[in-house]
Amino acid sequence: MDKDNSLKLTNMKVLVVDDERDMQTLFEQRFRKEIRKNEMDFAFAFSGEEALTYLSQHVHEAVLILSDINMPGMSGLELLRHIKKDFGTPPPSVMMITAYGDDENYKQCMDCGADDFLTKPLDFTMLKEKLKMIK
Amino acid sequence: MFLEILIAFFLIFHLRKTLRSFNPDPVWDQRFTIAMYAIAVLGLLEFLLRIEYVTKWIWHLLLLLIILFSFNKKELFSTRITMYAVLPLVVLGFLRDIIEVSTTKLYSDIEKYIDYAFPVAITWMIALLIRSKKQHKALLAERKKREEEEQELRQMTERKAELESVVLERTAELLTQKEELQHALSDLKSTQAQLVHREKMASLGELTAGIAHEIQNPLNFVNNFSEISIELTDELLQEITKLSVSEEEKDNLFSFIKDLKNNQQKINFHGRRADAIVKGMLLHSRKSTGQKELTDINALADEYMQLSYHGLRAKDKSFTATMQTQFDNSLEKINIIPQDMGRVFLNLFTNAFYSVTEKKKRPNSLNGSENYQPVVTVTTKRLSSALGDRVGNEGREVEIKIRDNGMGMSKETLDKIFQPFFSTKPTGQGTGLGLSISYDIVTKIHGGQMNVKTKENEFAEFIILLPA
Repeated sequence: MDKDNSLKLTNMKVLVVDDERDMQTLFEQRFRKEIRKNEMDFAFAFSGEEALTYLSQHVHEAVLILSDINMPGMSGLELLRHIKKDFGTPPPSVMMITAYGDDENYKQCMDCGADDFLTKPLDFTMLKEKLKMIK
Repeated sequence: MFLEILIAFFLIFHLRKTLRSFNPDPVWDQRFTIAMYAIAVLGLLEFLLRIEYVTKWIWHLLLLLIILFSFNKKELFSTRITMYAVLPLVVLGFLRDIIEVSTTKLYSDIEKYIDYAFPVAITWMIALLIRSKKQHKALLAERKKREEEEQELRQMTERKAELESVVLERTAELLTQKEELQHALSDLKSTQAQLVHREKMASLGELTAGIAHEIQNPLNFVNNFSEISIELTDELLQEITKLSVSEEEKDNLFSFIKDLKNNQQKINFHGRRADAIVKGMLLHSRKSTGQKELTDINALADEYMQLSYHGLRAKDKSFTATMQTQFDNSLEKINIIPQDMGRVFLNLFTNAFYSVTEKKKRPNSLNGSENYQPVVTVTTKRLSSALGDRVGNEGREVEIKIRDNGMGMSKETLDKIFQPFFSTKPTGQGTGLGLSISYDIVTKIHGGQMNVKTKENEFAEFIILLPA
């Protein structure tokens, strides 16, 4: 019974896309309780290209993608368009993260089909709340 | 004798005409007219009564008198030639009659010569009369010309007056135009200065925003990791309690971990502080994002005084200054944009601390005292005066004075301190924008006033008045 329950919870698979490598450490530590309890599973990609490769290799695994907008190479917005076009029906939820929280950026993300929009610095308490809602 | 009557008549007539045309004189005009009538009457009497032997003397006398008269009267100068014309004939007639009366013998002797002389005299008369006529015409022509000239002159004078008034009008017009142009020019100049200012400010704002963004990312990591570390130390403390080690060992570990936790908290605290500054920079670079909110001005001033002081302390460990606060604790919160006013305070305090530091560095002899003590004072006070009235706030306002006993300013410096890019600091140490921005913030954004009192080498005091 207990095991079943935990299996169910591992469904929450999150792909974090950010060119800052320390984001991995940060997420792993911020969500260490959730990870330890197998409530969440994190995968990390450090560029848009890497994220696409990951998604093509792990079809339908990621339920949620957190992506930075400003990245070298493929930008977060391009990645978002690709994901929404090419990956499954329904495509995974995508939350965009940016340091520039102005209206224009917000509008652009929403036009491209983003499910949510977060500004840096990330408020992890709020992020956790949002993740719970999706779950 | 008929000739003489004619001549007399003609002469009088001529004199009258001359007088009429050149120097009208009603008295003489009348006299001449009477004389003409008299001559006519006398001539008629002579003809009727045959009193020729009497009248011919009258004629002679009359003619001579007329000639004499015209020679004596200045106004009749132009008739002289006519007089010369008739003179020989008159004299000849007179002579002949005299000779005839006195000596008949002599008369018969010279009668012949006299008879010869008459035609000569008449010819002379005619010739001169013709000349006189010409001269008269010339005179008339000249007179006409003169009149025309006068008329022309008069017209020209009128035209001149007219033109002068036009010129005056034009000059006035030009003057107003000049003033308008000067006004426009100074407007343009100030607009240009403002544009340059704004342009520079904009690029500076972009730069600031760029820097702030760049700092923000690493700073987020610092803050996040320090927070996690605090959590981790808490967990670590719990884990240790589970360990089977001696209480002494545990206490030892606890004290290490507590220190660690304290340090993490410090890192987090200062990281948050830096974050607040970065946010302030970002807020300012974005145009007018700041919202006016009720703010405790004492707290704000104190906060930025500390911030500025510690900022300088961080750069220069030897830097010290006494900070004095004289806050009016009865002040209510006032409606200002805290980030903007904070920036003003930061600028003013940084300048004040800079000034006292520079003074401290100088040889004591220049400071007039052996033991110079840098002091920066901030004073707040509620005032009631016109400024508050202007914005309809029952005449209340808050005065904030920031005073340092540093270098002070010369008159020349004082004139320029609110100009953008004016700085007394060495190149690279000041942008010269601090006070100009501060001035704009106080006056334009908050409708306040900013004044300075200073004495070179003694003190500088910035006085901000804000409507409350």
